[in-house]
Amino acid sequence: MTPASDPATATSLPIGSDADLAWVRHQVRQFAAELGFGLVQQTKIVTAASELARNTLVHGGGGQARITPLRNGPASGLQLVFIDTGPGIRDVELAMTDGYTTGGGLGLGLSGARRLVDELAIETEPGQGTVVTLVAWVSRASAVRPGSG
Amino acid sequence: MQVPEQAGADSAAHGLADFLERRREQLAQRWADGPLFRTVFTVSRDEAVEACKAVVDALSEVASTGRLESVGAPGFGEVREQLGRMAASRAGRGFTPAQIADEAAGLRTAAVELLRDETEDRPDDEARDVLLALTVLMGTLRLVIMETTVSAGEELIARQQLQLLEVATPVISLWEGVIAVPLIGTLDSARSQVVMESLLQAIVEQRARYAILDITGVPTVDSLVAQHLMKTVAAARLMGAECVVSGIRPAIAQTIVHLGIDLSSVLTRSSLADALAYALSRQGIEVSQRAAGANPR
Ligand SMILES: Nc1ncnc2c1ncn2[C@@H]1O[C@H](COP(=O)(O)OP(=O)(O)OP(=O)(O)O)[C@@H](O)[C@H]1O
Ligand SMILES: [Mg+2]
Repeated sequence: MTPASDPATATSLPIGSDADLAWVRHQVRQFAAELGFGLVQQTKIVTAASELARNTLVHGGGGQARITPLRNGPASGLQLVFIDTGPGIRDVELAMTDGYTTGGGLGLGLSGARRLVDELAIETEPGQGTVVTLVAWVSRASAVRPGSG
Repeated sequence: MQVPEQAGADSAAHGLADFLERRREQLAQRWADGPLFRTVFTVSRDEAVEACKAVVDALSEVASTGRLESVGAPGFGEVREQLGRMAASRAGRGFTPAQIADEAAGLRTAAVELLRDETEDRPDDEARDVLLALTVLMGTLRLVIMETTVSAGEELIARQQLQLLEVATPVISLWEGVIAVPLIGTLDSARSQVVMESLLQAIVEQRARYAILDITGVPTVDSLVAQHLMKTVAAARLMGAECVVSGIRPAIAQTIVHLGIDLSSVLTRSSLADALAYALSRQGIEVSQRAAGANPR
């Protein structure tokens, strides 16, 4: 389980329409760029966010996204939480399988997003809803590390 | 007491209808110089005056039926469309509904002044009742304008969104039999549908053998966007055209691979130029640089 984020620094965005998805992507990109993520990592995080936000909208019936910048010593990261109170996921392992879909998609949203970030955790209860938490850290390769080598 | 009161209100309404008919010309002249009409009918002042007269006529008809407070009075029907166009024109220039309502309130001031001038020397009960009736009627007109403003605003937004959809998906004819669609912005389901439809239509109309989908301007390619692209390619293939997707940037290529999307069924080229060169060479057309000095001039 990821440590609870500080609500004071979290930004909450509603997810209720296609236009909201565009706004979530826009905001995530903004945060990622400010935290120093490189272009490739930014693209990965935004794409993962797009997948999960769409799942929140399509499968969860809408909800919200929470964006929180993270700090751990010299490392910067970004935590994204997607929350809905929809039907939940009965079999998480199955849902995480490449190609598994109940909605005629490619079935790559969850499993693909997992490969695009450092951590992905799902908390869900049938009939109660779903909370998906993503964490990505600015990669060492693109960060400036003085005195290393 | 009910009957005479009603009769008083009726006679005030008729007195008002009378006033509006009598002062039609002057009122129209004054309104035509106010911002609401002047800034909409910019080509000729006569046109503004005519539009004002139509509104005065509508008001006097409403007054003659006594339905001073009714937004839905049939008399307004005639000018509702005209008022709607005016409101849309103001809204199109960035005016808020509240500002447009203020401009509409300005019409009342001009009418009240005119009525005051007329009744100055006989300030009796009847004159007061007519003034009251005028105030009420002008308030109703303002509501009618507000109503058309709001619906005009909603329409404007819906239209702009549609226009955006259309404008953002031009199909360009690059060469005989080769068309291209430069995609720009978010490819949500509605946009993707429009893209697919205009592409397929262009394939038919221009008898295109090759269609290039350039995604340089698409910021995010997630599983849904990829699925839309693959469906479009498959549909084009059914129409007898081969699709080439160009403009996949390095960051997007890496992301697609990590997502696990298999684009091997889709022909890709890194740039629009490469895609065009491919389509031309497949048609037996070779593009080569003219040797120096070979220019016959
Ligand atoms: N928030 C959610 N609430 C309920 N069910 C969900 C949620 N997110 C995912 N699921 C379930 O998990 C399945 C797999 O999700 P995944 O995102 O991998 O694929 P998909 O959304 O079906 O297709 P796509 O490849 O377009 O994303 C979904 O089909 C759905 O049944
Ligand atoms: Mg999905």
